[in-house]
Amino acid sequence: MNIIVVGNGMVGFKFCEKLLQKNLAPSVKITVFGEEIRPAYDRVHLSSFFEGKTAEDLSMAPRSWYEDNGITLHLSDPIQAIDRVEKTVTSHRGITLPYNYLVLATGSAAFVPPIPGMDKQGVFIYRTVEDLELMQHWAPRARKGAVIGGGLLGLEAAKALLDLGLSTTHVIEFAPRLMPRQIDEAGSQMLQSKLEALGLQVHLSKNTAAITGGDAISGLSFADGSAIDADMLVVSAGIKPRDELAKQCGLEVGPRGGIVVNNNMQTSDPSIFAIGECALHGSMIYGLVAPGYEMAEVVATQLVGGAKEFTGFDMSTKLKLVGTDVASFGDPFIGPKEARTIIFEDTVKGIYKRINVSNDGKLLLGGILVGDASAYNMLLQTAKNGLALPPNPEDLILGNRSGAAQEGAGVSALPDDALICSCESISKAQICNAVSEGGCENLDAIKKCTKAGTGCGGCIPMVKDLMLHTMKQGGKYVRNVLCEHFQYSRQELFDLIKLKNLVTYNETLDHLGAGDGCEVCKPAVASILASLWNDLILDKGNDTAQDSNDRFLANIQKGGTYSVVPRIPGGEITPEKLITIGQVAQKYALYTKITGGQRIDLFGAHLGDLPAIWEELIAAGFESGHAYGKSLRTVKSCVGSTWCRFGLHDSVSFAIQIEERYRGLRAPHKLKSAVSGCIRECAEAQSKDFGIIATDKGWNLYVCGNGGSKPQHAKLLATDLSSETCIKYIDRFLMFYIKTADPLTRTATWLNKLDGGIDYLRNVVVNDSLGMAEQFEAEMQGLVDNYTCEWKAVVESPQLRKRFTHFINAPEEKDPTVQFETMRGQRKAADWNS
Amino acid sequence: MSATITEQYTWFAACSTADVPSNGGVCIKYKDQQIALFHFTRRNEWYATQNMCPHRMQMALSRGLIGTAGGEPKVACPFHKKTFSLVDGRCMSGDDCGAIETYPVRVENGKVFIGVPDRETELF
Repeated sequence: MNIIVVGNGMVGFKFCEKLLQKNLAPSVKITVFGEEIRPAYDRVHLSSFFEGKTAEDLSMAPRSWYEDNGITLHLSDPIQAIDRVEKTVTSHRGITLPYNYLVLATGSAAFVPPIPGMDKQGVFIYRTVEDLELMQHWAPRARKGAVIGGGLLGLEAAKALLDLGLSTTHVIEFAPRLMPRQIDEAGSQMLQSKLEALGLQVHLSKNTAAITGGDAISGLSFADGSAIDADMLVVSAGIKPRDELAKQCGLEVGPRGGIVVNNNMQTSDPSIFAIGECALHGSMIYGLVAPGYEMAEVVATQLVGGAKEFTGFDMSTKLKLVGTDVASFGDPFIGPKEARTIIFEDTVKGIYKRINVSNDGKLLLGGILVGDASAYNMLLQTAKNGLALPPNPEDLILGNRSGAAQEGAGVSALPDDALICSCESISKAQICNAVSEGGCENLDAIKKCTKAGTGCGGCIPMVKDLMLHTMKQGGKYVRNVLCEHFQYSRQELFDLIKLKNLVTYNETLDHLGAGDGCEVCKPAVASILASLWNDLILDKGNDTAQDSNDRFLANIQKGGTYSVVPRIPGGEITPEKLITIGQVAQKYALYTKITGGQRIDLFGAHLGDLPAIWEELIAAGFESGHAYGKSLRTVKSCVGSTWCRFGLHDSVSFAIQIEERYRGLRAPHKLKSAVSGCIRECAEAQSKDFGIIATDKGWNLYVCGNGGSKPQHAKLLATDLSSETCIKYIDRFLMFYIKTADPLTRTATWLNKLDGGIDYLRNVVVNDSLGMAEQFEAEMQGLVDNYTCEWKAVVESPQLRKRFTHFINAPEEKDPTVQFETMRGQRKAADWNS
Repeated sequence: MSATITEQYTWFAACSTADVPSNGGVCIKYKDQQIALFHFTRRNEWYATQNMCPHRMQMALSRGLIGTAGGEPKVACPFHKKTFSLVDGRCMSGDDCGAIETYPVRVENGKVFIGVPDRETELF
């Protein structure tokens, strides 16, 4: 039997995948014809292409997948003709093949309104990877962008223009509001104000009359006489089903396009099926991927002799548009006669939530979420499964206001057949089974085993909740333990080590652990010991429990040499000290570079040279900068009132005071800080673990920010503080973090996981809700009083110095494999050898 | 010629036991080779491997943290935390960056001896 699939988009691919899962007879031969040059890819996440994803990342399956599964795939070769009498198809390249069943998955094309000037350079549609590549190519010469279409696809395209770096982006919508098909007037307004805050210029009720310019676009003019400048335009005004092939061979099509199908997805010719966006079912085109997958399942089931019908599909959706959550579910628009409507609006945060509840208050009928769609999955399930509503239905969108967190509490109420992943049709029972029977205990395993969460990804939070819920029920809730040697979390271990007064790694392992340790628990315990006692980290046999950088008090770099960072508090340094750094760098042939934290990094030091280098630095008044430790790095500052005409207070002096207070403090991860002398924030304090900004009344304290791979702004903890109070609060904040964070967790991630978030943290630090403030301050003072410079201790101890050699049996020899290259007058490490 | 090659070792005195830190490693120079020597004090065991991590060809394993996984002794490279069995040298990090050489160790009268295979006998 020959099955031919016309179209290799997401739905066409999914059809093949589903068919293969159904124990096909070996005689079945599947052939796929696709128009594009690459195999099917994830069109839903097309805009992630501009966030750095490649075409390969978006691919549904590589070309080899088709081969491995016996599918013949013809790409760049669209079908041109169907002969329904002979039951053959003929491709653009002239391949003619007979079929028993033909599946049309031709998808849709962008709807291009007939506007004069559409053929100008700089006008694009937004549909395929090729379209995106063309846009990417054009964008560097464009500054002002415009998008025709304020629906789902239009806003995706607008996001793409923002990502491409255009300075202005206009969104032009014909209707009087954005996303008219999904959300109501008030929701649209909220969305609009959020998008405008992000820099989009929204024009509603605008009928584009012409695209102006010469060969290339220079602007748009509208029917009302107004006009805008634009040197790049994306048309994303809707889709039209690709039904030309169906028309040509005489299949029935709808008056406004689309191949007419029955509940079996059969066209007017029983051996030809149509699925996805090209199919017109009950006068409806389903422009989402989930119903397309369901159609694929319906056809695949029938082709192996089963029975299955498509009877419409829930069009509930949750999207992230230009970073803003937008969701609608059930019947979002139902009127006041049939339902009571509860609306929550927060114009400050840009949140709009509407739920429609049956008049008897028992059922949730539908709703809209803009700005915060975290409740979407639970609301959707409540509506779909007719779950009982709480006595005050407004709790559904306002949350439980008693203050107690109720994370994941709702999933247990769902029935087993509740559809969790609608893209892949995966029920609650299937997910729970994968956990309890299949042993899937992390998200990747569940994805692999059930495919749940592999489509749009919207259900992932709920899949996680279900996984944790099932694991808890099965009594095998895995505790957050350090590693195989310690069955405790870092926080538990911290308290136990303190309680038992343990001072070495070996003692800790003997008393609290099992086995012989590893590279995970050794540095974690060593860090706890340092946070608790602030002893010299190389003493008491703890040196070999330190991570390599801590063990040698320097940062290992490419090639096996080390870099050296002396402390330069607040970034302030005298000319004499600068000269010393220069002389040391010259003497030991070190590469020098200014760091991001206002210090100077000296690279390329041989292990054996480190003590001598430090001896010279210490003699000139330097001390360790702890760049190698999970500890306080630097407190950056602007010049503040010492020189700056805007400066309110002396930010440099305060930065130095803070850096000297917390220097050497060991923590679960590195700590960075900054002090700015006014709201212009030149020291970038809001990107630090704790940052301080001068106000006319004192200091504002921000906490839990970081740069790095997931930048996060610090949150305002307290305002207008005196210097003394500010330091007290930092003491409390840091001790609380050090005691409770998991290993290698920055303050930002720690706060994200902290129940109650910044409000809870503020209560602990400012209002002393735990009654620990005094203890935190005393413990911090103890650490401050116990500080000594680690490098000074090493330089003064012949025993410790002996450990800084490459060959223990040839201590005067350096590692002969170290190689340097010259670049711009300095030495850099040779590239990796492999 | 049917030959069962029995590996022959040349034993050399590497250092004294006191030179090696407890539960840690040092690097030994032998001719133009670099060998990482570990004293796993907790287990009262000695191990020797090549000093070069095969992942990025860095002379660094002697500076790595040692420990166990499921009771099997291992070393983690300080560069990218690839771990290798101290017993048979295979990479234990799941990704295939190749195995490392391991060498037998003997301790006599406070001296540590490392055995390096005689390549000549292998080559005949």
